[in-house]
Amino acid sequence: MIQKMRASRAYRRFVKNKAAVVSLWFLVFISLVGLFAESVAPYSFDAQDVDRVLQPPSFEHWFGTDSLGRDLFSRIVYGARMSMSVGILTAIVSVIIGGIYGAISGWLGGWVDTMMMRAIDILDAIPSLVLLILVGIVFTSLQPFENPELRALTGILFALSVVGWVSLARLVRGQVLQARELLFVEGAIAMGASPSRILLRHIAPNIMGPVVVMLTFQIPSNILFESFLSFVGLGLQPPFSSWGVLANDGWRAKSSPHLIVFPGAALFLTMLAFNLFGDGLRDALDPKT
Amino acid sequence: MKSGWLVFLFKRVLEAITTLFVIATLTFLLLRILPGGPFDSEKALPEEIKASIEARYGLDKPVSQQYVDYLTGLVQGDWGESYKYLGRSVTDIILETLPVSAELGIYSLLLALVIGIPLGVIAAAKHNSFFDTAAMLVAISGVALPSFVVGPILVMFFSFGIPFAFLHGSLPPALWDGWEYMILPVLTLGIRPAAIYARMTRGTVLEAIKQDYVRTARAKGVSERVVLFRHVLRNSLIPVLTITGPLVAGLLSGSFIIEVIFAIPGIGKHLVSSVSNRDYPLVLGLTLLYSSLLVISNLIVDIFYSIVDPRIRMEK
Repeated sequence: MIQKMRASRAYRRFVKNKAAVVSLWFLVFISLVGLFAESVAPYSFDAQDVDRVLQPPSFEHWFGTDSLGRDLFSRIVYGARMSMSVGILTAIVSVIIGGIYGAISGWLGGWVDTMMMRAIDILDAIPSLVLLILVGIVFTSLQPFENPELRALTGILFALSVVGWVSLARLVRGQVLQARELLFVEGAIAMGASPSRILLRHIAPNIMGPVVVMLTFQIPSNILFESFLSFVGLGLQPPFSSWGVLANDGWRAKSSPHLIVFPGAALFLTMLAFNLFGDGLRDALDPKT
Repeated sequence: MKSGWLVFLFKRVLEAITTLFVIATLTFLLLRILPGGPFDSEKALPEEIKASIEARYGLDKPVSQQYVDYLTGLVQGDWGESYKYLGRSVTDIILETLPVSAELGIYSLLLALVIGIPLGVIAAAKHNSFFDTAAMLVAISGVALPSFVVGPILVMFFSFGIPFAFLHGSLPPALWDGWEYMILPVLTLGIRPAAIYARMTRGTVLEAIKQDYVRTARAKGVSERVVLFRHVLRNSLIPVLTITGPLVAGLLSGSFIIEVIFAIPGIGKHLVSSVSNRDYPLVLGLTLLYSSLLVISNLIVDIFYSIVDPRIRMEK
């Protein structure tokens, strides 16, 4: 009941924030575009037309064509699928790993907690991009899949999850530590409820807010990391399309500005939308800040 | 009191050293268990040549012996020899390229501080004004703009003169000798931290302005400028400075991209290429170097923080 009231108050605060609402719709739109890429894109992501190379935007090719005559608009649409799914899937994996780790650490406390947090400190001391690259090479060298697209995608997902779960684990641990002191949790313990039941039924609903807010900031940073890896050639490779692959193509084709401007704009607008949406969500859930 | 601070310092330094030791061990193990050695090329080398190469780099010894050699080498400043650049030690490569990247990083950080903090303070002082809204719009855009998009677009504008022909060649895109070569890379790398500083500063200043001592100062008739720069700023800058640690990490990793885009002979380019070349000693050395820089910058921020705000060292 109280949770419902709290949620509806947060909802009312959120819808007052126009920038956040517009951003949310934009993100829904990009996700749908990515989901139905086959129907939205006029061409396939790897269909080449050697007679129409490096064309500027036109009616036939809205965003122009690249150096192999591929339709840039279609490639951006397929890139949206790749970028959004990388961002969202990694966030889900991070939430599961980080949530379990953080909950165990915060719930058990004591020396277990200290050890678990020290392990996290060590991971944190390696700059994320270095860690990404390290995990990336380990994964690629294992070569678990034959399909190159699947291999690249799972490699990126794996590397990003290794990097991403740490901050979530910290957050969940902190929240669990706090929640343990709450009266209703103490009550549940006294009633003899099992730890997993208490964590899932009593604590989880109470710490959802900060976790969701953190996710809205992690998804864009995952997308950015994926683009980064693909840009330096350690992520997805052409002909597959992601916004990072496209930005790399655009940077190489220096005399055709549309090749960097359109993928750049797609990335920029998506990052912006996630940031504005995240800000709005945080303010709505926690009116103090 | 004094000894309490020394204990704090000692503990933090010890923690930092332990962390780096564990990272060195983990990366060593990670790279040793990878299937396929660095000298497995497309064409198989004759057995004896392979054996002699492996003997040269000590790869024929048992892993435990390699690990001990590696650790003693680390302490003695001998970080091994690169597999790719024959006859060059990892330490040489680092000493040669790190200053360039450090220059790039330091200028970008300075740029970020000089732009970001004043922007945040003014935005907060003129809360809800047009300037505030505009500045925060610029700042959030700065956070959302990836450097690998900003860089090429700046090059397009100022070096190739697209679409403004009169800018053609006004700033050179590549190399790193002379200040005019530094403008674009420093700008590209500095935008994001500047935006982060601006947002953070605005937030903490807005928080500080609400405090009682500010009202007291105003009631005493202290001028608004003095209130802002003496009372408010001093108290709100502490949290802002603590994000410098993580930002240094961002600058480090950001520099890979910038160095690739602007063809800067820095260390970032080596990280990416050492991975694809399977140049293990270099990968290890660079991982350790980057981690040390991050650990040290966090340590400096921590120590600084504990000096400015004595409550911190009491908690730990």
